[in-house]
Formats: sequence, C-alpha cells, structure tokens
Amino acid sequence: MSFEWIKIPYALLTLFIVANYGFLLTAVMAKIAARVGRRHGIPVWQNYLDLIKNYGLRSSITHGVMFYMGPVFRLTGGVGLLMFVPTLYGTEMFSNMSFAGDLILALYFVFFGSLGMALGAGESGHPYSAIGVTRGLSQVTAAELPFALAVYAVAVQYQTLSVTEIVAAQQGGILQWTLFTNPIAVAAAMLSFLGTMMRPPFDVVLAPQEIPIGPPTEYHSSYLALMQTNRAIFPIAKIVIYMNLFFGGAASWPAFFLKVFLIYLVSVIVGVVFPRFRVEQSIRWFLIWAVPLGVIAIMIA
Amino acid sequence: MTQTNEDLLDDDLIEHAPVKEELRRRLVKGPDGVEFEVEPLRDYYCEAPPTVMPAAYSKIIEGLFNWARAESLWILGFGTGCGAIEMRPLMTPRFDAYRYGIQWRPTPRQSNLFVISGYLSVKTLKRVIRSYEQMPNPKYVVGLGSCTINGGMYFDSYNTITRLDEYLPVDVYITGCMPRPEALLAGFEELKRIVRAGKGEGANQYAERFDWYKANQKRVIHDWDMPDYNW
Amino acid sequence: MLRELYEQLKGRFPLGELSEKRPDLAFITLPREQLRPVLLHLRDQEGFTHLVLLTAVDWIEDDRFQLTYLLHDRQGARDIGLRVMLSRQAVIEGAPMESIHDLWPTAATYQRELREMFGIDFPDSPGVNEDFILEGWREIPPYRRDFDTLKYSNETFAPRPGRESQDPAQHMKAQLYPDGA
Ligand code: SF4
Repeated sequence: MSFEWIKIPYALLTLFIVANYGFLLTAVMAKIAARVGRRHGIPVWQNYLDLIKNYGLRSSITHGVMFYMGPVFRLTGGVGLLMFVPTLYGTEMFSNMSFAGDLILALYFVFFGSLGMALGAGESGHPYSAIGVTRGLSQVTAAELPFALAVYAVAVQYQTLSVTEIVAAQQGGILQWTLFTNPIAVAAAMLSFLGTMMRPPFDVVLAPQEIPIGPPTEYHSSYLALMQTNRAIFPIAKIVIYMNLFFGGAASWPAFFLKVFLIYLVSVIVGVVFPRFRVEQSIRWFLIWAVPLGVIAIMIA
Repeated sequence: MTQTNEDLLDDDLIEHAPVKEELRRRLVKGPDGVEFEVEPLRDYYCEAPPTVMPAAYSKIIEGLFNWARAESLWILGFGTGCGAIEMRPLMTPRFDAYRYGIQWRPTPRQSNLFVISGYLSVKTLKRVIRSYEQMPNPKYVVGLGSCTINGGMYFDSYNTITRLDEYLPVDVYITGCMPRPEALLAGFEELKRIVRAGKGEGANQYAERFDWYKANQKRVIHDWDMPDYNW
Repeated sequence: MLRELYEQLKGRFPLGELSEKRPDLAFITLPREQLRPVLLHLRDQEGFTHLVLLTAVDWIEDDRFQLTYLLHDRQGARDIGLRVMLSRQAVIEGAPMESIHDLWPTAATYQRELREMFGIDFPDSPGVNEDFILEGWREIPPYRRDFDTLKYSNETFAPRPGRESQDPAQHMKAQLYPDGA
C-alpha cells in the first residue's frame, strides 16, 4: 500500500471539523449539565472566547523545555488518536491514516497525552501540579485497565487488530454491533469511559473547584489555550474509538455527530447524577466493578 | 523603592526587616551528599520588574482580543473580606454568572480578574500583591464594597487598608456594604464595557508606576520578606 | 445552681465575689495564685472540661488588665468564668503571667493572641512570641486602650479625602424628623 499525499489535507479537514464540533459539543454538554441545576449555563460559543482570550494574553512565562512540551504532547495525544482511527467508515476522505494494526497504536495514544502532561506539569515545580499528576495518573490508569481488557476482548472476537475491519464486521443492522454481540466487553469499556472523560463523578483531578486544580496549575495563556483545544479534540477522538469498536462506527457526518453526541451524553448524565468520587474511591470502584467485567469479557471471547 | 533585594539580605539590615528563617541564604545538603547554597529569595522567584506590554500591532486584532477578554472574565478564587460570601450566590442558579462568561479559577496563572472582596488587612494585602503579580498581563481589579473604597466601617482599624487604589490599579469599584450579587453583575458589565473599549490597562499602569505602588505597599507592609516582584 | 458551686468552692479556696448573669452563667473573681488550683478542681471534679475562651479586658481607668477564663460543663450545661486581675502597670513593664497550656493545649493559642494584642506575656506558653495575626507590628499592642487606632489608621493608610462620619443616632433623627419634632 503506497502512501497517498492527498490524505494529509483530508486529515486536516477531519481535524478541523472535529475540533469545532468538540468546542461546541463541550459547551452544549456544559449547558445541559447547567440546565439540570436550573442554570442557564455558558453560552455555546464561550469556548471560542476563552480560547481567543488565552491566546491574547500578553505575558507568559516558562519553566523549562518540558513545560512547553507538556501541552504539545497532550495535543499530540488527542490529534494522534484521531488521525489513526477511521473517523467515517467507508469513505476514502475521512479514514485518515488508519492501517492494519492501528488499534494498539490508538491505545497507546490514549495514554500518551497524560504522560506528556505529567512531564510538563512536573517541570512547573508547583506542588499542586505534582499532586494532581499523581492523582490523575493513578486514576486514569485504573480507568484504562477495563478499557484495554475490553479492547482485547473485541480484538479476539473479530480476530483482527484493525479498527477498520472491526467496523466492517459490525455493518449490516444494529444487531451486528459489538454492543449486542459482546455486551460484557462494552459494559466494561463504558464504565472505563466514564472514568476517562474527566466529568463527575471522576473529575476530582481536574475540577476547577478543587483547590489544587491539578496538573495545569501553572499553565496559562497560550499553553492553556493549547490544552483547551485538546480538551475539545480528545474526548471526541476517544468517542470515535468507542463508536468504531462498539457502536458500529459511522458512515456519514450526521450519523457521526449523532452517535458522538449520544455517547458523550452518557457520561454527562452519569455526571450530573452522581457526586464526585475521591481518587482512592474511584480506583477501588474501577477495580471492583469494571475490571472483573473486562476479565469476564476476555474469558468468554 | 526604598530597599532592594540586595539590601534585604545584608546582615545589618536583617534586624530592621527580619527575613524569615526559611528565606535566608543557607547551605543545603542534597540526597547525593553534595552541599550547595540555596538563596530562596533569589532562586525560587523570578524577580525581574514588570514591563509595559504593548497591545497587538493591528487595531482589529487588539479589538478582537479585547472583546474576547471582556467576554471571558476568569476570577481568581481569593476572598479577602466579608464580600467573598456574596460571590457564592453568583455561581448558583439564582444569579448564575457563568452565562456572562464569568468563571472562577483556582490559580492566579489562569485568571485575569481579581475581585478584592471587602476589607483588606495588611497581612492579606501581602498575599494579594503576590497573587496579583502572578496573574498574566491584561488583568483587572474590582474593588468590592465600601471597605476597599474608603475603609468602610473599618476606617479606623489598625490593620485594614483604607484605599485599595494606593496599592493596586483598580478598574471598577462596586459600592455597598455588602453589594448584592445584582450589584456585582452590574459592576462586571461595567468592567466589560471598559475592557471592550481597550481601557483595561491596569497591568501596564502597574508596570509604569511600579516604584510608586511599591513604595506605598512597603509603607504598610512592615515585614517585607519577599522579592519586589514575584512572577 | 452556680451559687451552690460557689459556696462549695469558697470552702476550699479563698475567692473573690460572684456575679451571676444567668442561672447557667456566672463569673467568679479570684486572686491570681488561686487560678490554677481552681481551674484544676473545676476541670477534674466538677466536669468543666471545656475551655471556651481566654480573653482580656483593659480597664485603663483602674490600671488593671482583667483575664477571663470561660469554662463550660457539657453534662450540666453551665458555664463559669474566672476573672483574674493583673496590675496594668506591671504587665506593661513585662511582668509575666502563668500559662495554662498544660491544662488545655488550646490555651496556647489564646495566650499567643493576648501576647500580641495586649502585650501580656506568658513566658512558658509554646510559641508565644511568634506572630499571631499581625505581621511586623511596630507600635504598642493594638488592643490596649491607650492605642489610638483612628490616628494610626489616618497616619498609615492614606485615607481617601471627602469621607465624613456621622453619629448614627443624630443622623437618623435628622433623617426621620427633619423639623425636629
Ligand atoms: S464593605 Fe461592608 S461587607 Fe464589605 S468588607 Fe467592608 S464591612 Fe464587610
């Protein structure tokens, strides 16, 4: 298979669409959560304003090379994740760089951002950053575990490591979705999904109301803007993986938008209902409820 | 500027302005057995004085930035006096300031609006100055309540300042004791107008009249045990 | 109720007068040497296990500082205050007062505050010489009544010109009855 250069502008187009969709979607989700509390919530374009504001700040300082690299790694994690899975199934234009073994690579990218963040935040030298990073990494690790198990269960089920082929196997009616052919794996993965979306009840690491805001304590202006961009792209990219693996993928943009919205909504609904867990509580929760499900899924497959 | 950092560390001056033990120059032994000298005031802070930061070159871009700044006010979550209690209702459904693009951030690095919520004791002023100086450049200060304007009911107190604008550049004052959340919202709207008109240049004003502000601050903060500028 | 207790105590310790404020609240004035034995007795025998507060009053006209130790008896739901009078002049000259931080550890904090705000020294109390609320204070302790806070504030804090103060009673009278009725 030769590399086709036309893929690059296509991929950039995907990125552009997804980033904007991500900005709007996170704002809409914040609004939904606010409506549950009988508030009006932020305007839907608020994310753009914050972004411009942060780029517009005049002073910025750095704490060293890794401090620069933190947000960049983070963004790489999000963008990379998006690039290596097919966004829309069956279209040449939006399949991006997907290739035969991309599932493993995607898993790697899910983690890449957090690690980059850890390095950058560590360099900032702020004690709250260090606390935030330890808390974040332990929680994310615990949350990713069931997801990884579920992914392997799915890979075994379809006998392939290519996301495209997994999607292909799910075509032909809703009952072909992994959701119905392998419900236990999906359940494990969805529990882990709650944990990695950084929404309540698992958002103690990043919640701005917590006194130490966590890893980004020292980040400001453009650095923060970069991270905000990632906060818009990353959840969508992650949802794309979920959609491809478990919910039959999407063949057109409307289907894509709808499915992403619904999957995102799951975490929001859970989030507005449950109070925030402390880190050790959530880790215990994942180990007790989600990991066994993943193990069972693998054993069945 | 009455004293520079240099003088502060001079041994004969330590008696007048006692520097806390943990801030003095000292020898530290690392875990690998190497001894090295630590000078906290110099090593842990960036002490370059602030500079006036020019606006973006193009009028249009600066206008865009100002508009975004006005619509995205991030408040530093630092309550100084009674007024902090009036900020809570702003977050809740009744007043819901989020719909105006107002958010609370826990760290000065990410906020651009400092609400001095009421009386300011000298001890708090010191922390306020440090936090203010850590905020990135276009930054705004709102003084809340009569205490920040002329001392309010603490006008004759031995440890609360009576006039905030002597120590920090203030963009908007909100009168009242205590101003209701509605008044706060009106004040924020006023601030937005100022920022949108490009007049919210408190940070540059602070940099321009740095010596004057510092002299005022040092007149009331007697145990000045930090660098002149902490950034 | 507290009178009985007072009579009982009086049999054991030389006490000053009793002033009853409420059925469950009374103050006893007592000589300084009796403070510790009475506190111990109240704490261990009578159930006054909680030190509510320790504060001071500056009776500048009588040249006295009054220390008030307020104790609370949870079981009996009653409070008792012990008052000790110190000579103001002696305190200003640096006369020490006995610390009770070994009876109630919280007392150390109160004593630190008294040391800073009134200049009453409790030499044995841990950390008593550290800054409590004020940082870098240079004047006489600010809660002493001979310290003029208004003057100090005006000299230190750059008051904003144009401020006027009114006597609330006079002001409201003028507001409500403009014709002086
Ligand atoms: S103005 Fe009134 S409410 Fe505000 S800090 Fe002063 S005394 Fe408190």
